[in-house]
Amino acid sequence: MSKEVVKEKSMVLQKEMLGKHFIELSRTHETGKKVVYTFVPGNLSELILAFGMLPVYPEINALQSGMRKKSGSFIREAEKMGHSEDVCTYVKCDIGMMLNGNIGPTGEKLPPPDLLLLSYTGCFTFMKWFESLERLYPGVPVAMLHTPYQENGEMTEEMTNYMVEQLKQEVIPKMEMVSGNKYDESKLAGILENSAKAEDLIVKIFSTTKNRPSPIDAYFAGVYYIGPINSGFRGTPEAVTYYEALYEEILERVRLGLGPITPEGEMEEERFRLVVEGPPNWTSFREFWKLFYDMGAVVVASSYTKVGGMHDLGFRHDPAQPLASLGKYCMNCYTNLNLPQRIDLLAKYITEYHADGFLVNSIKSCNSFSAGQLLMMRQLEERLGIPVSFIESDLVDPRYFSYSNIKNRLDSFFQMLDQRKIIKGQMEETTA
Amino acid sequence: MKKYYLGIDLGSTTSKAVIIDEQDNIIGRGITNTRSNYEVAAEIAKQSAIYNARFYLLQQRLHDVLEQHPEYKRYIKEMKDAFEYLQFSTRLERLRKQFLLTAETTAKDETLRNAMTAEVERIVREIQAETKEEYLEKDLGSKSQFFRDIVGEKYNEKVSRLAKAYFEPMMLLFDKSINPVENEMISFEFKHLVEESMNLLNEKYAHLADQKNAGHSIHFDAELNLLKGNYQTVSDSLKEHINYVSQEEFHIANMVGTGYGRALLPFPESCIKSEILCHAFGAHAIFPNTRTVLDIGGQDTKAIQVDQYGLVTSFHMNDRCAAGCGRYLGYIADELNISLNELGPLAVSAQKEVTICSTCTVFAGAELRELLNVGEKREDILAGLHRAIVMRAMSLLARSGGVRNEFTFTGGVARNQAVLKYVSELVLKNYGQDLTINVHTDSIFMGALGGAMFARRNIEVALPSKKKNQELAEAD
Repeated sequence: MSKEVVKEKSMVLQKEMLGKHFIELSRTHETGKKVVYTFVPGNLSELILAFGMLPVYPEINALQSGMRKKSGSFIREAEKMGHSEDVCTYVKCDIGMMLNGNIGPTGEKLPPPDLLLLSYTGCFTFMKWFESLERLYPGVPVAMLHTPYQENGEMTEEMTNYMVEQLKQEVIPKMEMVSGNKYDESKLAGILENSAKAEDLIVKIFSTTKNRPSPIDAYFAGVYYIGPINSGFRGTPEAVTYYEALYEEILERVRLGLGPITPEGEMEEERFRLVVEGPPNWTSFREFWKLFYDMGAVVVASSYTKVGGMHDLGFRHDPAQPLASLGKYCMNCYTNLNLPQRIDLLAKYITEYHADGFLVNSIKSCNSFSAGQLLMMRQLEERLGIPVSFIESDLVDPRYFSYSNIKNRLDSFFQMLDQRKIIKGQMEETTA
Repeated sequence: MKKYYLGIDLGSTTSKAVIIDEQDNIIGRGITNTRSNYEVAAEIAKQSAIYNARFYLLQQRLHDVLEQHPEYKRYIKEMKDAFEYLQFSTRLERLRKQFLLTAETTAKDETLRNAMTAEVERIVREIQAETKEEYLEKDLGSKSQFFRDIVGEKYNEKVSRLAKAYFEPMMLLFDKSINPVENEMISFEFKHLVEESMNLLNEKYAHLADQKNAGHSIHFDAELNLLKGNYQTVSDSLKEHINYVSQEEFHIANMVGTGYGRALLPFPESCIKSEILCHAFGAHAIFPNTRTVLDIGGQDTKAIQVDQYGLVTSFHMNDRCAAGCGRYLGYIADELNISLNELGPLAVSAQKEVTICSTCTVFAGAELRELLNVGEKREDILAGLHRAIVMRAMSLLARSGGVRNEFTFTGGVARNQAVLKYVSELVLKNYGQDLTINVHTDSIFMGALGGAMFARRNIEVALPSKKKNQELAEAD
């Protein structure tokens, strides 16, 4: 009984935070607060907050539309405008939503952007996306932040300087212009202090999956846990409170030896531990999750839950060097890593989290995630001798989620892991 | 009592059954293309695997005799052909009755109905006579063709010779009658059917003796020559053994179902396995050094990597499109109005390969017509089509990690010699000339074989290692 109450606490907190945020967004015409549209990977939430502005994340709106089964019709709207079938479905869903009155996930109308903060981090589509928004909102200023790719697997001092210069010369002046406020570094440093606290907590939370059974699912439930940190609350005291509460709840599950909570109920038996690469499908999110639940498969680590920052590799926002740490944060996001870095990271997850299998959910819409995934999978298979599997779906286009195809492949994969446990044991026993 | 294990593979096009013994030896296999009802399909495949197993046991019992006396070997082979013919003939009789019933309910005009009835009776008689000869004299049994294919081909050919006015109603009659007959479970008593087969054979051999007297020469067939003199002795000495194998009870200790229809099988969940695992396990059992398996089935293509135990380490399947699978070939055969079995030989006889751009089954049909219109030869287009299919499979193979070591090609499409030719050519070209490529005559049964092998292994107490552990535990 008590665990149910405790569990509710973090969920209630998250719901309150998000609800408040969307109400605030719907009232900007009264409050005069300025609105910045921007992207999740390498987001500059703290900077936006430091100028007293409110962030809107079109990616998150799109995935919410997917979960609320609205993306199909939004995508059709965008296709009617001429966006082809091959265009990223987040983009089309977002544009379709705007064409339909820009009603956000909580039912409140979203305000138009006062600034488009185009942080380019490993995804070319972001540029095209905001070009489209610029046409939908004529005259809206665009601040471009170009994040250099970690081509050689490292961030050099020059790269950091380049980022800081762009912040100083392009991003901050535009924010000052739009918000009417001067840049205040001490205010930003204060916000970053909270960011680092939340980041410490989220790292601890995602490390709890090293336990057996894992107390949480780091992919399906993980996407809820990264909600606040990725949707503008990083740097707020509310986020710190939320993650403290969540961490407490999870520690309690660890103490009680409980498995993850899922929409189908608590997972009774942990049969397989997986590492998953790639975003989930949002339109059939629950059915997708259930396929794992039915087989007792728990995701113990995933790359997708790191799109908002690679904090587990040691990065923290640093109040002592605010702009440089924002720059480093952007360069360090998952889709900005090169393939060898991504392979090393996944290999580390597979080993440290004792995974039985590795799965790629390759997304038709997402080049920045999908390019190179087969190669990554091959290398992991060769390096670690781990069973691997590859499925394909899409972010928010319901036409590209084939339940029977995915079920067939996942069934095979889980049976593959199962049989491996049984027969390999027997064979080794016999030959021993 | 001996224990046997059954694997059933319910594919998208055919259903296969394999029975193995406690040493993983295949003792029986059965196949059917019935697919409207998976439960019936599974039962038909299983029954035919059991018949097959009885013949296997018979051959086992007579092992030494068969080694020394080729005429016995020949007699049993022909007995199997006759056995197949009798099953065919029984089903053909059902079809005849169904034709009459369908004509009764569909043809409203009495004159037309009467004319159709007369034609159908004549056609069935002709098919009966032709197939009897083909089964007993020309080895039709070994071509593993399905009832529908054999009857359909002959029926079409005969109907096309009728007056035009009959064409539509007669084709409709076939379409409406074939399914219920094909999907009907007909049980045969093995012993009875074997005895009838022997009667047929004895008739045939007696007739041979007459032919000899009439001056016909059969000296070129040594086994037959041996038989014609002493077929009576051979058949008499077989009777006791046939009695024995007819009574053998096939105790199926465990079974596993796989393939697309697996979820519909009335098996407990632990007896349902993914076809990917089963195909790989089966292929690996036959060729233990296999590390990569390519399976081209009716509606999907699978590229599977396995480890030294035959366990899957990764796999890749075609998504969203069936181009490159068996059904694609079936569609092309329909478009060209030829049978599926003719495609491969025609393609192999090509002088060149026409480039086919389409990766879509439906578009390939349009492309095919276009190419015929501009004067390309049928076999050259077919060669191009076969190559295109294999190219798709090769891309899947590459996605799955390529060919690492010994390569095994399985699935129904592995029977097509043109596909086989291109697969071998391209695998060697892409992955090294010294690679070993395996194809087995039983390729289509690999999924069912893997299933049967899993069935045997999933009974944990029966495993030698478990037994050993148990004994150790008891000793403690």
